[in-house]
Amino acid sequence: MAAVPRRSGDDRMWRWAIFSPALLLMLALSVLPLANLLLTSFYDVTWAHGQAVWTPLGLANYAALSDDALFRAGLVNTVIFAVCAVGGQMMLGFLLALLCCRVTRGQVLYRTVFILPILIPGIVVGAIWKLMLNYDFGLVNQAIGLLGFAAQDWLGTPQTALASVILVDIWHWTPFCFLLFLAGLESLPQDVYEAARIDGASIWQELRYVTLPLMLPTIMVTFVFRLMVAFKVFDEVYLLTGGGPGTATEVLSFTIYQRFFTENRVGYGAAMSVVVIFLVSVLLVIGLSARKRAAVAA
Amino acid sequence: MRMPAAFRRRGVANHAALIAASAIVVVPVVWVVAAGFRTQISLLMGAFWFTPILANFNEVLFSKTSDFLVNYRNSLVVGLTSTALCLVTATLAAWSLHRMRWPGWVVHVFLGWALVFHMIPPIALAGAWFTMARAVGLDSTLLSLVLAHTVLNLPMALWLMGVYVRDVPVELEEAARLDGASTPTLLWRIVVPIIAPGLAAAAVLSFVFSWNEFAVALNLTIKATATVPVAIAKFAQDYEIRYTQMAASAALSILPALVLLLIAQRYIVKGLTQGAVK
Repeated sequence: MAAVPRRSGDDRMWRWAIFSPALLLMLALSVLPLANLLLTSFYDVTWAHGQAVWTPLGLANYAALSDDALFRAGLVNTVIFAVCAVGGQMMLGFLLALLCCRVTRGQVLYRTVFILPILIPGIVVGAIWKLMLNYDFGLVNQAIGLLGFAAQDWLGTPQTALASVILVDIWHWTPFCFLLFLAGLESLPQDVYEAARIDGASIWQELRYVTLPLMLPTIMVTFVFRLMVAFKVFDEVYLLTGGGPGTATEVLSFTIYQRFFTENRVGYGAAMSVVVIFLVSVLLVIGLSARKRAAVAA
Repeated sequence: MRMPAAFRRRGVANHAALIAASAIVVVPVVWVVAAGFRTQISLLMGAFWFTPILANFNEVLFSKTSDFLVNYRNSLVVGLTSTALCLVTATLAAWSLHRMRWPGWVVHVFLGWALVFHMIPPIALAGAWFTMARAVGLDSTLLSLVLAHTVLNLPMALWLMGVYVRDVPVELEEAARLDGASTPTLLWRIVVPIIAPGLAAAAVLSFVFSWNEFAVALNLTIKATATVPVAIAKFAQDYEIRYTQMAASAALSILPALVLLLIAQRYIVKGLTQGAVK
């Protein structure tokens, strides 16, 4: 014990005193509600005369999930959405970061412009694109009209609704990937590039054998981070399509919202939340182990 | 120094691509802000030129049927209060966890839990928060939303402040200890000044995230406590959407973000990139 170097301020009282506010907040507002959610998921909760009536159901809520077409659509669409949107954002963001770190002038200006969408509320992004994609007067239909194409009901047609929501998300979050990649590219050691140039590496070889391997940790972190947020998508869908037409843009967060709040099926909504949280945790474990492997490889 | 022609050509191509991308980012925002200055008819006709009017902003801000100013105030109150709470609790906890002698598992369990919690869709917790708030008589108050936003931003702040707290030189803290500084003095006099840039970054992000948050605000507020995003979402649900007013309120809602973009861009970039690059 005596061998441990004395670190500043290791008296018990202060250690607890300054840690406890965050601990209490987390216990009260994350652990407790999750316990509440788990408990509720085994019950059917109804209201009679202003009183909650709890009927134990065992695992019936969970069993019902597998037959819920809305839940299945939500699951499938969320995966499609997350994969396409995050994939698109990362590729575009990487390309733009590569371009931007090569220009000598105007870098700050480009960066300022690209930060803008990150700061705009999701619901306002939804409002902006609801106007932009409007069938009658939206700028998108006006623009393709000038090129001689027929106007499209982007958000009202099952075939284009999900793709439109994905494109809106790419607009919203590509700048975030760009920003992280730009910071990553700027922190790379320059001598490796000089060595590659002396060896006569082409631009593509340089990208493939120098930049990408060095950037792998940043790429993985960005990927995991974006995937986490994409999985939670709610605001844009709420405003743009409300999950429709039909179930074309139904995503998990929205399904939970509908079952829990709109239909007031508290127990069932809780079971759905528990399953989603479980899936998310699995995703996190996969993401973290992939990151660890990438770090080892790099 | 003269650059080779091929190099210069590539430079031009780079700029062309970046300018095109910037246009894709800026045009929708500008077009919608402009729509806020139009009459509904001018917007529906799709005319390119129009005479700007202030009627929409007038209607949104000052009409008797609009609560937008109340929504704005609510958003500001919730954003500022939750940011302050989040910053204080997260910084204290980060310093305690990283710089005081805790068993390893305490640090890992707590930070690991924060990470899992950060991944959970907030909507999954909104129901439980609502029930809990009602149980203690806090339902539909601003305080319930403040607490919710504080805990939602806590993982981000813990992570960010952890990065900065670990950069404070241990020797400096030890020297202060030897001079007889108590823990509060040490924190206030030594640690806080050093981590001030981190505090600024976390503050900006925490405020922006709270300002933007919709899913939880939608379910924890009523008409009197609704925040800006909730108010804007209402527009889209009306039977007859008042597009130009929706555009005007969207324009007003991004004002704080624009101000922060101009005065605190350094901290925004720092906050967003710190975790990923380190």
